[in-house]
Amino acid sequence: MTPLLECQRVAFAHAARGGGADAFAIRNLSFDVRPGETFGVIGPNASGKTTLVRLLSRVLTPSGGRIRLEGSDLSGLERAAVARQIAVVPQDVPHGFPHTVEELVLMGRFPRAPRRFFESDEDRAAARRAMEAVGVLDLREALLDRLSGGERQRVMLARALAQEPRLLILDEPTAHLDLRYQAECAGLLRRLGREAGLTIVLVSHDLGFAAELCDRLLLMAAGAAVRVGPPETVMDEAVLESAYGCRVIVDKHPISRRPTVHLVYPGA
Amino acid sequence: MSQPAPASGARLAVLLGGLGLLVIAAALGALFVGSARVPPGDVLAVLTGRIKGVDQVVVLSLRLPRILAALLAGGALAVAGAGFQALARNPLAEPSVLGVSSGAAFGVIVAQVFGLGGGLVEAVGLAACAFAGALVAGAAVYLIASRAGGLPVHTLLLAGVIVGIFFSSAITVLISVVDFDRLGGVVHWLLGNLSPIAPGSLAVFAALTTLGGWLVIGAARRLNLLALGEEAAQQLGVDSERVKRRIFAGAALLTSAAVAFAGPIGFVGLIVPQTLRLLLGSDNRIVIPAALLGGGAFLLLADTVARNVIVPAELSVGVITAFCGTPFFIYLLRTRVANPHL
Repeated sequence: MTPLLECQRVAFAHAARGGGADAFAIRNLSFDVRPGETFGVIGPNASGKTTLVRLLSRVLTPSGGRIRLEGSDLSGLERAAVARQIAVVPQDVPHGFPHTVEELVLMGRFPRAPRRFFESDEDRAAARRAMEAVGVLDLREALLDRLSGGERQRVMLARALAQEPRLLILDEPTAHLDLRYQAECAGLLRRLGREAGLTIVLVSHDLGFAAELCDRLLLMAAGAAVRVGPPETVMDEAVLESAYGCRVIVDKHPISRRPTVHLVYPGA
Repeated sequence: MSQPAPASGARLAVLLGGLGLLVIAAALGALFVGSARVPPGDVLAVLTGRIKGVDQVVVLSLRLPRILAALLAGGALAVAGAGFQALARNPLAEPSVLGVSSGAAFGVIVAQVFGLGGGLVEAVGLAACAFAGALVAGAAVYLIASRAGGLPVHTLLLAGVIVGIFFSSAITVLISVVDFDRLGGVVHWLLGNLSPIAPGSLAVFAALTTLGGWLVIGAARRLNLLALGEEAAQQLGVDSERVKRRIFAGAALLTSAAVAFAGPIGFVGLIVPQTLRLLLGSDNRIVIPAALLGGGAFLLLADTVARNVIVPAELSVGVITAFCGTPFFIYLLRTRVANPHL
């Protein structure tokens, strides 16, 4: 099967100041994402996860190697063309953003017809479907600032769905969510993967969440790939311990039998 | 507060229709009042072509061009203000606050030192010099204020004040050095003066306002997305660098046209778009086109007051807008700029 998204020896360096060596945020990173799979990206802070999201959504251009979207070079595509295929669900929208839920979701329709001044009826229908799919249709006239963290998360997911993309990239979807909303989010992503056939790239801090939802994982450390594969092979005690620099015990979730990670707290 | 209806072509058309009627009413009203006492019946007679002579000169050659100039300057400044506010993501950004008006004014004075007057070609030259001045001032403010990917509110305003002071001083130097008679009416113009304007200048003014208005209004949908932050806008398909350059060019062009032909009138770009935002919501596709007409109506009313309060003398219109604008600025500073570190 041809991959939907392919990274080939991708590198990204922040330009060095004062003639020193360039600081590499990403080094020699290769992996692919297959159509229909849920692909997780995990790794410690500053391992390059956020930079990777920016590279995959064409906010940044690789300084080395290549990213291909269905075979064509991502950096050769227009931003709107990328946004028709790839939608990013950010961690949050700016506070004080003075728009309603529906207005924000309609912004997801921009790449579908960038020259249009006002959204068409078709755009409104697509936004409605997206809000329905994540259960925020009743909130469509609410101001974003009035919503809870979980609701905002779903609204941003609706905006991404309104783009009608093939690939959804989620940047730390559970970062601001309590347990109930984490469960909700997991259910929603599973449904989108299975029923809508969306390909999902899930960038997460939360190892258990990623192992539970993802078909395959990419473990990053210091800007490079440590291991790519099914959760069972990536969630290896020795591998995780060297990547994170702390002691862990890998266990199985009592229901799903997926790997879960326990931290060994020092001094106990 | 209930939310305004979603943005659509129908909503915009109704709104622009209503504002259009307001503009026409204000323009008709302004035709009838002034320091030269022309009876209302005579104004009507001039408009229907039944009277010639002094009354005709007053109504058609003095009042009408001035009304048109006020509408153009008000619209241009209001749209420029809305553009700068969206660009800086700051409700206080405005051509005069940012020092861009002063830069344009410096360009105009330089042009006048070289003897550019009222003809069509000269009007283009005047506007070009104003545009160059506005670009230099705008770029200077940006370079002074920008910090690692952001424009902090207070730094931006301070940079605008500093650049404004610099260009005002440069203007004072020029006025002192050059024979004052050659720069006739400069002091009055510096406070905003809508009279007299030659037909050629009026035509150039209208063309530049149309071009600048198209540049800003045409990017209104992308400006809405830019409010999400640059990265989010790019991920939604917006070429943010191009949009920012387009808005900057458009807003600078509108500012320089207004300054060249009406003087550096302050605060119109603050009062009008922010009032419309309070009334109409945040969608730039509604607010900015409305600012074009609303700004025209506002400045026309301000000018009509300015030329009638101390008859037979008249005030500069910039005095009226400043008296309205300063309390408004303070209000916005206290309420809308919640986080000074944004």
